[in-house]
Amino acid sequence: MGTAKKNQTQSTSHANNTSASGREGNATKLTGSEIIWATLEGEGTSVVFGYPGGAILPAYDALRKFPIRHVLVRHEQGAAHMADGYARASGRVGVCVATSGPGATNLVTGIATAMLYSVPIVCITGQVSSKVLGTDAFQEVDITGITLPVTKHNYVVTRAEDVAKTIREAFLVAKSGRPGPVLVDITKDAQQASAEFDFAAAAPKPHRPHPMLKTESASILQAADLIRNAKKPVILAGHGVLQSRAGAELRTLAERMQIPVASTLLGLGGFPASHPLSLGMMGMHGEAWVNHAIQQSDLLIACGMRFDDRVTGTLATYAPNAKKIHIEVDPAEINKNVKVDVALIGDLKEALEALLPHLAPRNEKNESAWVKEIEASKGECAVRDIRNLPDSGHLYAAHVMHDLWKATEGKAIVVTDVGQHQMWEAQYYKHDEPRTLITSGGLGTMGFALPAAIGAKIACPDKEVWVVAGDGGFQMTAAELSTAAQEELDLNIAVVNNGYLGMVRQWQEFFYEKNYQSTPLLSPDFVKLAEAHGIRGKAVKTRSEVLPAVAEAQKHKGPFLIDFLVEKEDSVYPMIAAGSALHEMIRRPENPLVETAQDR
Amino acid sequence: MLHTFVALVEDKPGVLTRVASLFRRLNINIVSLTVGHSERVGVSRMTIVCDASPTAGHRIAASLYKLENVLEVDDVGQLSHVARELALIKVAATPKTRSMVFELVEVFRARIVDLAPESMMIEITGVESKIEGLIQVLNENGDRILEISRTGRMVMRRGQHTSRVLDAMRVPGIELPEDKIVDDGAAPSDVLMAEETGL
Repeated sequence: MGTAKKNQTQSTSHANNTSASGREGNATKLTGSEIIWATLEGEGTSVVFGYPGGAILPAYDALRKFPIRHVLVRHEQGAAHMADGYARASGRVGVCVATSGPGATNLVTGIATAMLYSVPIVCITGQVSSKVLGTDAFQEVDITGITLPVTKHNYVVTRAEDVAKTIREAFLVAKSGRPGPVLVDITKDAQQASAEFDFAAAAPKPHRPHPMLKTESASILQAADLIRNAKKPVILAGHGVLQSRAGAELRTLAERMQIPVASTLLGLGGFPASHPLSLGMMGMHGEAWVNHAIQQSDLLIACGMRFDDRVTGTLATYAPNAKKIHIEVDPAEINKNVKVDVALIGDLKEALEALLPHLAPRNEKNESAWVKEIEASKGECAVRDIRNLPDSGHLYAAHVMHDLWKATEGKAIVVTDVGQHQMWEAQYYKHDEPRTLITSGGLGTMGFALPAAIGAKIACPDKEVWVVAGDGGFQMTAAELSTAAQEELDLNIAVVNNGYLGMVRQWQEFFYEKNYQSTPLLSPDFVKLAEAHGIRGKAVKTRSEVLPAVAEAQKHKGPFLIDFLVEKEDSVYPMIAAGSALHEMIRRPENPLVETAQDR
Repeated sequence: MLHTFVALVEDKPGVLTRVASLFRRLNINIVSLTVGHSERVGVSRMTIVCDASPTAGHRIAASLYKLENVLEVDDVGQLSHVARELALIKVAATPKTRSMVFELVEVFRARIVDLAPESMMIEITGVESKIEGLIQVLNENGDRILEISRTGRMVMRRGQHTSRVLDAMRVPGIELPEDKIVDDGAAPSDVLMAEETGL
């Protein structure tokens, strides 16, 4: 942070000159490199995540003149995840920068991750000079070809005069419609050449909405009719609730019509978890009452979700008696997995605003019957009662999540990876606010949590941010500990360490006769690893140590790592096996936390 | 089932790859794809024929529209349209056997565009079945076919339907001539061309 601040003071006057005049429509002669930063600044970018190298060096040379903070990552995958975490925590466009060749290819996992859950990021890569394009020059790779299927769009820029308008268009594409990552590949000679810079004149054509959007009044009335007449409706709330900022409208719909709300993993936080109508997470590791409610419902109102295979189970038996209303911004998602009765194709917030005037509050008697029926079914589910569980000496990940939720009052931004810890977090940390859970849902990218949390912390410096990662995923991007240390981030890190690639082990236990092939995992001493980075660390082995350790991490200024050494062969319940129906789940064992002789 | 789409796309490098890559990603085989200039400068017209499930049309069109360079997509499907394909066929023919080929060419309303001592080149335009018909009789006739080059199907809807490119490229502030967009749905033209009805 220190260096970033220094950059700012050095640069303010010059940058203000260039950008201010640009906004007024007066062209200024700048190099392509300067235009990159001036355009980013004009688009409101104040921080980028990146890694320098030969083909992007002219741009880095010009950076000192602009009030943009550069966060030096340790691997470009981290840069893309940080931009992603930054975008998801703030709702703004995240920006990452890398050089050509390996720098660019290292971004790919991060770009694909952002693509799979529609996060707006702009990736700027250096490219070899346009004169040698296509000659296999040193560090040349066809990054636009490579990222074609995992970006919303990408560009090659070979002339300085195209830099501003291309970056501006990239921002527009990234955040419009269904958002997504956009890559801009800029050749070295385009960075070095000079061109007139006029920010205002470089404005892109207005975004053209997808021509197949369809929210005409007939469909609205049809949807309203279905909702009015439904006896057992369920709202399915997805990531679109967050993307469209439709939380308030969704809540009005649920409360006015007394409709329970089930969330997808990425939709958590879109509807308050503590709300009486909140069912919690649906799908593969959703609680039994959630999935049963969906299977028994007569109307599903899908809001900004895409009926992913992890939430539907086998499609043939999915919610067989339910009519389906699908409110979705991407026309290509309609009828993709589940055939729907009414499709409202457009922005979720706008669609709900159009729908709500047609819905008078429900007659309470009928509806509460359905809510009560679901409520009653909760009793049958063997939920671990975490609060009342005796401290048996074992430490369960569920304890950690529950206590973390308590200690942070459910208000922290929690950034998770993929795997068992991710599911336990989703089950036991109750998110009441949007954008407080950032997780790798769609692509399921190990190593996502730490860099994404760095991005989230930089986006929201006043928020408490927790990394929750497994011992496997954490090691994939653990090098970013250095980034957290260098940036002096007040970041808390919880490693849920069970000595296995836990979710894979769980599948081996259930479906591969406990053949634990290649899942036992030797890890470094994470506390010592943290200390080697100048980061405070603490290992926690018992339940009673959890809260004090969390409190210590909260109080400590700077990064703090807690190594939670949890039960090794614990599994996530309930679980729907791949290929099974949504209601055919593997339930929790009768008493999942059986005490062994040594506990007594 | 075969689907036919007309896509109007920006004439820029890499656009063909983007369109083709979409079909690859959806695991749909492209049967034929023709590209050329359209009535607008800077806009290319593609006719894409692909083999996909009967319900795939909506998703393919919606996905094509998600490509930034795609301006308009028309799922021609069962709508009334004219479809044509052009083929060049080179057959082995000596002075003795030429006359037979000439006869066939006459019947199929094709033409001879090259004559060499040992071969002839036939140019034929029509629907796919007509071209396949000529190929079949040439084979049955014992003429040795040396080469075939086919363009793949290109289509245009009948009647007043006008491409919506102008609308797609409409920028606020710039007025377009009125009545540019008339979508007549499936109204067929009164006169079917001879080639549509057979030979």
